[in-house]
Amino acid sequence: MSAVLIALAVLLAAALATVLVRDRVRRPARPPVATARRILFPFVAHGLSPAALDAALRLARAEDATLVPVFLARVSLDLPLDTPLPRQCASAIPLQEAIELRAAKFAVAVDARIERGRSCRHALRQAIASERFDRIVIAAAAEDGHGFHADDVRWLLDNAFDVEIVVLRPGKAEQLVSSTQAQSPRILRTGR
Amino acid sequence: MHRARGHHKIFLGMAAGVGKTYRMLQEGQADAEAGRDVVIGHLEPHGRTETIVQADGLEMIPRRRVRYRGTELEEMDLPAILRRRPELALIDELAHTNAPGVEHEKRYEDIEDVLAGGIDVFSTVNVQHLESLNDQIAELTGIRVRETVPDAILGSADEVVLIDITPQSLIERLLAGKVYPGERIEAALSNFFKLENLSALREVALRQVAEEVEAKRMPSEVSGRPRNERLIDTAAPQAVGERLLALITPHPRSQRIVRRAWRSAQRLGAELDLLWVADHEPDRDEQEQVEALRRLASVLGAHLLIERGDDVALVTQRVANERGTTYVLMGTPRSRSAFSRLTRPALPFRLLRLLPGVDVRIVADRTQRTERGAS
Repeated sequence: MSAVLIALAVLLAAALATVLVRDRVRRPARPPVATARRILFPFVAHGLSPAALDAALRLARAEDATLVPVFLARVSLDLPLDTPLPRQCASAIPLQEAIELRAAKFAVAVDARIERGRSCRHALRQAIASERFDRIVIAAAAEDGHGFHADDVRWLLDNAFDVEIVVLRPGKAEQLVSSTQAQSPRILRTGR
Repeated sequence: MHRARGHHKIFLGMAAGVGKTYRMLQEGQADAEAGRDVVIGHLEPHGRTETIVQADGLEMIPRRRVRYRGTELEEMDLPAILRRRPELALIDELAHTNAPGVEHEKRYEDIEDVLAGGIDVFSTVNVQHLESLNDQIAELTGIRVRETVPDAILGSADEVVLIDITPQSLIERLLAGKVYPGERIEAALSNFFKLENLSALREVALRQVAEEVEAKRMPSEVSGRPRNERLIDTAAPQAVGERLLALITPHPRSQRIVRRAWRSAQRLGAELDLLWVADHEPDRDEQEQVEALRRLASVLGAHLLIERGDDVALVTQRVANERGTTYVLMGTPRSRSAFSRLTRPALPFRLLRLLPGVDVRIVADRTQRTERGAS
């Protein structure tokens, strides 16, 4: 009788162990975990520079940092600053999702934001004021005018004096991903 | 003799020229022909011949003249309408701001007096004048109107009739000179009367009326307004009016859930609530995330709710019932031990049981899909 009980207990333990091991095998890979170091990567509605994004992601991976892509939304003067911006969000959200997918390939954690301001510079100021960042990576304006211009960079150097700032020169062959293109995140590509 | 409050019917349009005033006059004529005592309390035909012809034969209460800063202005004569006591008064342009010196600042306040006097009122308004939509429409069209009407006026109306034509038809009407005189057509076309503006306004107007229908269908305890007398049937099937509830935690991964929920809400034309069921005081990192989620909710036009509780399913059930939720969205549940799986059902199953008739959707992490696809 006791031999039967022992055999049953062994079988039960074996079954339980099988279930637990199978669980561990099936469990999907964990997404990257947010880290203490944070890299701000601001971008605007006209598009997103994939080369700059890749550079920011490489930096984030090397430094084990969380990338904080911030979409800078402009609120016109006749609207309250805290007004909802559905149209701009409809552009921002596919871009943020594209960034997350890209970041997953680099195994970098992402903590995205949408920041409002009267101008891009004002929105950037709001972003810097509301959170702590260890580094800011910005893409200088390309020939077609996307990105941050020289006076924006100068302003940033003057105003974000306690943060390291990396300014990236856009490549000539680079293709910018527009908001509409990014509806399907797979379109994100670099021209290099 | 005491007269019951009048019946208020509002003709709502997406823009000037859709035919609100025309339709109001048409219905007024039909009532007059049926033997009712109908007067025109105020009419703004804007020189449109079709509108002027439609007013033919209806008694018109003359406007009164008001002097303001040396200028003589014409306003609706509220005392004259109240003295005349018709059965039905047709009053154009509900959102109009009166000249200083008359009884009320706004025309909708005049209309309240007329209704209180037991007189039925037909009135007209464009959707961009509604207070809650003013910001949204200003963002959509780049043009902000100064004269606004509280949403409660539309909400308390007995009937709201949407005058709907396609944006293309409205532009054709404009080009044919049926909306503005010739010299104003070009300016109108290059400013407000753009196809994209009109399409956006039409969508807003259609949604607004759908929401009004839904709000009138809902029991007063849910809508928070005393509407028992106009309740159609609380058990009626729900045709329109979705409301989404996204379950979040103060963690960056919740932003993915919020984004996907917002996109679904946009497609459905639904309100979005974000709920964090907090079973502890947030630490510094969590507080930062809550602030980030609050800002995200604000820019998206969603509502962030933080409720204390230990049981996520029960708190979600209460909030969903209070807010009339039709969809619950949540992230992929955390993997649980075999023991906890044996002892307690997973959150999605509990929600399905606690919220019959509510869809429960699990928002997957697409970065995981990419990884698997690549491997």
